[in-house]
Amino acid sequence: MGNKQTIFTAQQLDAYQDCTYFTRKEILRLFDRYRDLAPQLVPLDYTSHPDVKLPYELIGSMPELKDNPFRQRIAEVFSEDGEGNMTLDDFLDMFSVLSEMAPRDLKAFYAFKIYDFNDDDFLCKSDLEKTLNKLTRNELTEDEVRMVCEKVIDEADLDNDGRLSLEDFQQMIVRAPDFLR
Amino acid sequence: MPPRRKNNAAVKVEDVGFEVDAIDSGSEDEARKRSKNRRAKPQRRAKQVSDDEEDEEDEDEAPRKRGRKKKAKPRDSDEDDEDEDKRSVKRKASKASRRRAAKDESDDESEEDREKRKRGGEATSKKGKEEQNKEKKGNGKRKEGKDKDGEKDKKKKNGRMNSSSSSSSESEEESLSEGEMAALKEEVEEKKKLIATLRNKPWRMKRRLVLLKEAQEFVEKFEGALGKGKGRKLYAYKVMMAKKLIKFKRDFENFKTACIPWERKIKDVESHFGSSVASYFIFLRWMYGLNLVLFGFMFGLVVLPEILMGLPYGSIPRKTVPREEQPTAMDYSVLFDFGGFCKYSFLFYGFYNNERTMGVLQFRLPLSYLLVGVGIFGYSLMVVIRTMARNANEGGDGAEEGDFTFSWKMFTSWDYLIGNPETADNKFASITTSFKESIVDEQENQKDENIHLRRFLRVLANVMILCCLGGSGYLIYFVVKRSQEFAEMKTENLSWLEKNEVEFVMSLLGLVCPPLFETIAELEDYHPRIALKWQLGRIFALFLGNLYTFLFALFDEVNAKLEREKSIKNDTEWLLNQYYSNYSSHFNTTDVPPPNADPADVVRGPCWETGVGIEFVKLIVSDMQVTYLTILIGDFLRAVIVRFLNYCWCWDLEAGFPSYGEFDISGNVLGLVFNQGMIWMGAFYAPGLVGLNVLRLLTSMYYQCWAVMSCNVPHERVFKASRSNNFYMGLLLLVLFLSLLPVVYTIMTLPPSFDCGPFSGQEKMYDVVMETIEQDLPAFIGNIFTYATNPGLIMPAVLLMLLALYYLNALSKGYQQANIDLKKKMQMARDEEKNRRNNKDSTNQVMKDLEDLLPNKSLMPPPTEDEPPPPGNVVVEKGSKSPKTKPGAAGKGVNLQKDVSLAAPNPRGPVTRAPGPRGGPHGNARGPQPGPGRGRGRGGPR
Repeated sequence: MGNKQTIFTAQQLDAYQDCTYFTRKEILRLFDRYRDLAPQLVPLDYTSHPDVKLPYELIGSMPELKDNPFRQRIAEVFSEDGEGNMTLDDFLDMFSVLSEMAPRDLKAFYAFKIYDFNDDDFLCKSDLEKTLNKLTRNELTEDEVRMVCEKVIDEADLDNDGRLSLEDFQQMIVRAPDFLR
Repeated sequence: MPPRRKNNAAVKVEDVGFEVDAIDSGSEDEARKRSKNRRAKPQRRAKQVSDDEEDEEDEDEAPRKRGRKKKAKPRDSDEDDEDEDKRSVKRKASKASRRRAAKDESDDESEEDREKRKRGGEATSKKGKEEQNKEKKGNGKRKEGKDKDGEKDKKKKNGRMNSSSSSSSESEEESLSEGEMAALKEEVEEKKKLIATLRNKPWRMKRRLVLLKEAQEFVEKFEGALGKGKGRKLYAYKVMMAKKLIKFKRDFENFKTACIPWERKIKDVESHFGSSVASYFIFLRWMYGLNLVLFGFMFGLVVLPEILMGLPYGSIPRKTVPREEQPTAMDYSVLFDFGGFCKYSFLFYGFYNNERTMGVLQFRLPLSYLLVGVGIFGYSLMVVIRTMARNANEGGDGAEEGDFTFSWKMFTSWDYLIGNPETADNKFASITTSFKESIVDEQENQKDENIHLRRFLRVLANVMILCCLGGSGYLIYFVVKRSQEFAEMKTENLSWLEKNEVEFVMSLLGLVCPPLFETIAELEDYHPRIALKWQLGRIFALFLGNLYTFLFALFDEVNAKLEREKSIKNDTEWLLNQYYSNYSSHFNTTDVPPPNADPADVVRGPCWETGVGIEFVKLIVSDMQVTYLTILIGDFLRAVIVRFLNYCWCWDLEAGFPSYGEFDISGNVLGLVFNQGMIWMGAFYAPGLVGLNVLRLLTSMYYQCWAVMSCNVPHERVFKASRSNNFYMGLLLLVLFLSLLPVVYTIMTLPPSFDCGPFSGQEKMYDVVMETIEQDLPAFIGNIFTYATNPGLIMPAVLLMLLALYYLNALSKGYQQANIDLKKKMQMARDEEKNRRNNKDSTNQVMKDLEDLLPNKSLMPPPTEDEPPPPGNVVVEKGSKSPKTKPGAAGKGVNLQKDVSLAAPNPRGPVTRAPGPRGGPHGNARGPQPGPGRGRGRGGPR
């Protein structure tokens, strides 16, 4: 089994295993997925750390993300350049965080990043509105959206600065029964 | 709370943590120099490093002071934290890359360096210490900042604590003597290793951490290889072993995940149908695992020994097909009913011999049979309860409902596992509706008539369903009665329908009732997740009724067989006696050879255990057939028709009436649970049943996966299943208990058949155990056993257990109470904080109303106005305390409170002023003041 693959060196695989929540098999499978997105771009040999990035259009078209309303944000957050273009490492990173084994805190942190549309490290009203509109595909009226956002801030804003900080967010979300992703 | 606590911890760490890096930093410095030289290298990474480094240089100074400032004011501002966090990550990364660069350059050189440093390590580190300490302080603070950010990761923290403790000892050593270098280095390496493993849970940019870790591994390797003076070899060996162990663990982990079957299949289903459908398949897989273990027990300890070491087929009557059945014994129809050869095979109880020991191994089959039969229950019980406990722990602390309804809806309602446009559409729709629902709920908190209507509808639905259940119960009872009557008639007179009436009615009920319940349940208008539970509970009741009627019918049959058996036994005994007396009188001898009839011709009893076993196996098989056929017809055929007739039909079949089927989670789960109950009950009488069940589960895994993927559509209201499917487990536990009852009853009370099965010849089945205790174990164990079974001992034990139960219950209640109190406190603190901040804007509805009521429409400006507030006060208190859903109600409370506290002589005011509406005189005068109100008043800074 060990000799079959020449994509990574053993150390690389070990390192990836240390850094992600995946096993070796899963890493290889993820690599296949990554490569399938653009076989002409991605080399079959990663031992020399080739510099390959896949554009967001490809990443966003993966079945896992295709239907996700936040796909662009997810790609942006996890990509190194912030524009959704991903290297293999970013790719692994993303799936590792999204995987089942990742602890809630880690997920909460990234979830916060994802919902934080304007990257100011706070969820302010505009972020919430955007989130809500993405979730409901703009089917709520403006009044409703505003009300929901106010409610959310009212509920979760512990320090009362009118926006949600990471702490607020984690307080709230770690207790949520549905937060598994 | 947690961040603050962490903070302390971090401070502690920091006190100690300088030396941790002090040694690194020596190398770091060198590495930095080198990497500076090499910056020109046209590698992306290198470029980045340089970027980072420049940052680093700039920032290096700043953070020190910053960090110190932070210590004074630990929770200064979140932005700071964030910055710090980023920087720390960056710094880590750059550190890593630097180290890496150093390594890249030349291994020999760095090794040399290291050795040099090691020799003069003391000097360097000490020399650098003063300056580096500062930097480290910065570092430590940054770590602290990071911790504070709430990315708390226990392992990490622990690790840090460990490393800090070790480093503390290290620093002591360092200051003590120079001869402890070896130990010191060891600590360093230990730390590094720790760091390396701790990074399992990094926060950002894994690639950097990859680098970091690689570097650390290298460092580790070098230092490990170098070793120390005295225990060098041992040390190297230890390091090697540790590495091997880690590697082995990882390999094992890999192996384990590779062994989890159907992971991809289930993921596929999950992505198409959401997690609720997948939860069924996960449950199925779990069940498969359980059954595999049970099968292992049964097969390894009962079936295999009997086949290998017992007498072969045809040697004794119980292993031979009787003469009159032999012509038809191989007919397909007979075999299909598990008659003929099947009946006298190892599949059933009757096949097993009652020899106490057999074969070379002296294997005690009867004992083993009994123990395995009981052990299956024990093991299942243990596993189920353990799984439940684990699940309960996992989903533990998400208690308070309603606190964050909107936030949760907003942030957690998307099921990130969805990867199918159709499901996504449904999900969008359901999210929108759920938002709308809760908005409506929020807008009119008291819509009385609706609530009444809903309550009425729910009651009505329950009444209707109870009627259905009662009716079906009566129907089954009636049919069973009739079938008993039929049984006394001759079979030729009965039509096919009359013969199979019971099964027919039972499957009909099973087919009709669940959809009926579902229709009725629509009256109730629950959230689908709750509705699913109700539905499950109801179908459960129905099935349970069916099962127990079946059992009672079975018991009647068993009793009849016991009667018949008694007479046959008497007959055979009488015949035997006749034979013996004839033989002895004829041949005039006392040693009579046993009668040598062919085993096929021997008269034999009905062997009720095998009969029961056959009933169960038949039930399982017919259940399997029904399930598979329903899937084939109800789902597959329907899908085919809808799909292909749609081209030439007058209305849209896909969107209109028949459409595609949905996956019926509740029905399938219950089917599985009851099937398992059947297995548990039947396994004792038919050891082959477990194997059969394993096959069934295996096939249904593939079959249902295929069916669900190819011919079902996702639910209209997709909802997420909570991962801990403890509800299923609870059902399973109940069924386990219920199926335990009849089996234990038969083991303890009914006499086993005299001529078949491992317990033939015993009075009761459990006599086997007694026999073993008396004959094979030393006497004192028998004594102990007699004492242990003495009622005088059992009663106190039961009492003790009851007491323990009571005590634990009380304890848990106490904890709960404490929990609630703490929550209240937190809520209060939060409200207080909130009030302090936004007491200017009057967003609160209650307060606005109150304001309107007041004569001159304003509360704020004149402090002389403060008589009126107290009545309002009461209301505000109520508003802020009772419904947690609108904490904003307390919004303006502060003003009032403040006013109250300002106006010390107030209490007299309201009395003169007519207590008014119904605030209650006690309420406004004293009530609120000692409550949270006072705290709030005091809390207000102004």
